Amino acid sequence: MTKRFGDTIAVNDLSFAVNEGELVALLGPSGGGKTTVLRLIAGLETPTSGDIFIRGHRVNDLPVQKRNIGFVFQSYALFKNMTVYRNIAFGLRVKKWKRRAARERVEELMQLFGLEQLGHRYPHQLSGGQRQRVAIARALAPKPDVLLLDEPFGAVDAKIRQELREWLVRLHHQFNVTTLFVTHDQEEAMEVASRIGILNCGRLEQVGSPQEVYEQPANEFVARFIGVMNVIELEVRNGMACLDQIAFPAPGYKDGDKVRVGFRPYNVRVSPSTDEYRCQAVIRHTYFLGIMMRLDLELPSGARVCARLTKEDYKRLGLATGMRVSFQIAEHKILGAAQNSNAHTAAGSGCTHGER
Amino acid sequence: MITERQTARGSPPRVAGSGSGAGRFLLVVIAMLFALVFLFLPLLNVFAKAFEKGWTVFYGALVNPDTVSAIKLSLTITAITVPLNLIFGIAAAWAIAKFEFRWKSLLVALIDLPFSVSPVVTGLMFVLLFGLRGYLGPWLDAHNIQVIYAVPGMVLATTFVTLPFVARELIPVMQSAGNEQEQAALTLGASGWQTFWHVTLPSVKLALLYGVILCNARALGEFGAVSVVSGHITGLTDTLPLRVEKLYQEYNSTAAFAVASILALLALVTLAIKTAFEWHTQRVYARAERATSDARTTRTKST
Amino acid sequence: MRSAERHFSALPGFRFTLGYTMFYLGVIVVIPMAALALKALELSPGEFFRLVSTPRAIAALQLTFGASFVAAFVNAVFGTLLAWVLVRYEFPGRRWVDALVDFPFALPTAVAGLTLASLFAENGWLGRFLVPLGFHGAFTRAGVVIALTFVGLPFMVRTLQPMLENFERDVEEAAAILGASRLRTFLTIIAPTLLPGVLTGFTLAFARAVGEYGSIVFISGNLPFRTEIAPFLVVIRLEEYDYNGATAIAVVLLVVSFLILAGINKLQLWANRFNR
Repeated sequence: MTKRFGDTIAVNDLSFAVNEGELVALLGPSGGGKTTVLRLIAGLETPTSGDIFIRGHRVNDLPVQKRNIGFVFQSYALFKNMTVYRNIAFGLRVKKWKRRAARERVEELMQLFGLEQLGHRYPHQLSGGQRQRVAIARALAPKPDVLLLDEPFGAVDAKIRQELREWLVRLHHQFNVTTLFVTHDQEEAMEVASRIGILNCGRLEQVGSPQEVYEQPANEFVARFIGVMNVIELEVRNGMACLDQIAFPAPGYKDGDKVRVGFRPYNVRVSPSTDEYRCQAVIRHTYFLGIMMRLDLELPSGARVCARLTKEDYKRLGLATGMRVSFQIAEHKILGAAQNSNAHTAAGSGCTHGER
Repeated sequence: MITERQTARGSPPRVAGSGSGAGRFLLVVIAMLFALVFLFLPLLNVFAKAFEKGWTVFYGALVNPDTVSAIKLSLTITAITVPLNLIFGIAAAWAIAKFEFRWKSLLVALIDLPFSVSPVVTGLMFVLLFGLRGYLGPWLDAHNIQVIYAVPGMVLATTFVTLPFVARELIPVMQSAGNEQEQAALTLGASGWQTFWHVTLPSVKLALLYGVILCNARALGEFGAVSVVSGHITGLTDTLPLRVEKLYQEYNSTAAFAVASILALLALVTLAIKTAFEWHTQRVYARAERATSDARTTRTKST
Repeated sequence: MRSAERHFSALPGFRFTLGYTMFYLGVIVVIPMAALALKALELSPGEFFRLVSTPRAIAALQLTFGASFVAAFVNAVFGTLLAWVLVRYEFPGRRWVDALVDFPFALPTAVAGLTLASLFAENGWLGRFLVPLGFHGAFTRAGVVIALTFVGLPFMVRTLQPMLENFERDVEEAAAILGASRLRTFLTIIAPTLLPGVLTGFTLAFARAVGEYGSIVFISGNLPFRTEIAPFLVVIRLEEYDYNGATAIAVVLLVVSFLILAGINKLQLWANRFNR
């Protein structure tokens, strides 16, 4: 199955394929064109140029009704004037299913989704989580070729969201329907999807398994968006990229070039003894994040680096805010040459969060 | 007896000395006197005068053949006008509420236009167009079609006057409902008609009903525009309001009031439905408000 | 994403509904309006001026605009008071009065004229007290004002009510805490906020009154130069088959209505200037 898009204002020259039965997440900041991609596939928007294929057939000229897709809207868009039962049955009714077959299908879905008791309720009498389940059941009822979900967990509160994620994975196993879902929450994408496409400003930055995009980000945007990433700017001297005591080999760069380097906070090793590692810093802030601790380190030049370690390690090492420490960077990635003068300020801020 | 009321954006001020009871009482009394003279008395007077000479006279006035034919004509005109404006209102609301296009505000202004044209001027327009000395008059006369001083002209004038009602009620409701439910129906395989019939129409049915009621009331009660194009032929082109005028001119006051009381009753029914509709929307609104604030509190609790 | 959504909608039926809307508006509204415009353009400016400046036409136009103004003013005072009382105070029967405010809007104008004329006539419920005091409400110019006040009332009250409902009462409390007296709070805080609403209501009531015909016919007596309003003169001219005379006066009424509506739009923009 191939889907190709031309460029609308929101989606720029995007091309990717989702395999039969796969669960793929489109991840990106809000306004990145994710929803537009879904709407293009569904036929709710027309691409300016490019083609969309479902199961090998070009569907550009097929109207929405004929594409056989299931779409779950961010706001669910349940029919307010219909009961839960009639919402789920709607797609079957308009597709002229036999009365009995339709009833069996709806009852099967209601049972699977734990909605048996709610058949006679109206959408406004349901909780957020229940509404979401009705929306997915309604989309799945006519046995679509593709299921499209737009921020499926966006309107549900944080506690239920975790349950729903696990539920979505189980559901996908059970129905094995090709699923594409859109989210701005990187954690959610990592946890649920078998592959992730990262979308920024209408461009697809990278497609890969959660592990791939996390460990081998294609560029700085992906690196910063997936997880937390330190990005610092170093100057090349004698073939080494240097900042204070930090030095990395920088093959292919001339002396005097500025290079941007990224590394994950958990790859920063910190020691209370100032001579255990080569790099020197002062702990400026300590943040408590549950079982993890986050440290903000200030380098002699004023640059900031973020480190992450477990609470046990923190206690064992006897670290505290204001302490002079030494550190080393276990693993890093050269992101490329610094392009503009703003880059230094960006590097100065060090820690960038992928989360909202 | 008179207390301060809770309003949408705030409860009565609890500051000491907020308005003396006597001042409040005086304001209410003046306002109620005004309402008495301009609202209650005119209403009561209609029925009092209609039944002044007892049931028999009242009944006799209504079964008068000319009055009966006026009732029939009023119903006929309404039965043509209301469906026409209903279909127009639905089509216009669909185009305006669900799509974006250039000159939309101009179209909306054009729909509202009949409200700002004097009924008499409306009648004049149709006379200028279809009257014997009007632009199309000679042609119509040559083909033996009579529009002015006949039912077609009265239907046209009434349609003009009542054109905005349904569209104006539907547009805001459809606009605020958004497009998502319709889009969801499309993705589930529904055709345009099925979507409209099963999804859009049920969600606007109250506004639609309300628009039809208002349109209906105005169509039955329109006087100025219809008067100009009717020709006042007793028993032929007299509608109910025109019949009231004629009886009044004939100094048959009780009969005039008897016919007027039917129209006043109609106004009261319209008012009752309108009020019920508003109280209902207030309740729905309050419920929605509660639901969102509930959701907000649960969300804040969980974070 | 938003902008893309707005420019394209997958919903069907756009061409058909828009086409039908334009066709219907064309037949019912645009063509008749065009007929009037065409007729008006056939008149030379001199002729037009002559037709609207006959003594009878001037008297009728003066009465229409004068009485409309007075009626709108009466509503601006008492309608505002009624709206205030209905929104701010709770008293027995409040909801019923509130519901009845729309009565003049729902009542056919012919019935309104009929019942008002009989109320204010010498033997009417109000006339029997007022006529001995020298106030003749029926078949006088005062009667025209009474009828126009009646038809304009809902416009005033219904414009002001939502504004009063949404009025933030904390502001009043704040003023009171700062030591302002009740009167001062009203004059400095409440009145300026209400002014745009009162003006809008005034204009709407005025616009409605300028075109009013049905109720006046019954209560004014329609005496030329005395109690004859401009719309009535249009009807007279038509009955005389004087299409030009009728058109000229109608154009004056129509242009004034449109100017008023344009004014209301400006007024509302001005009224909302603090809310953006």
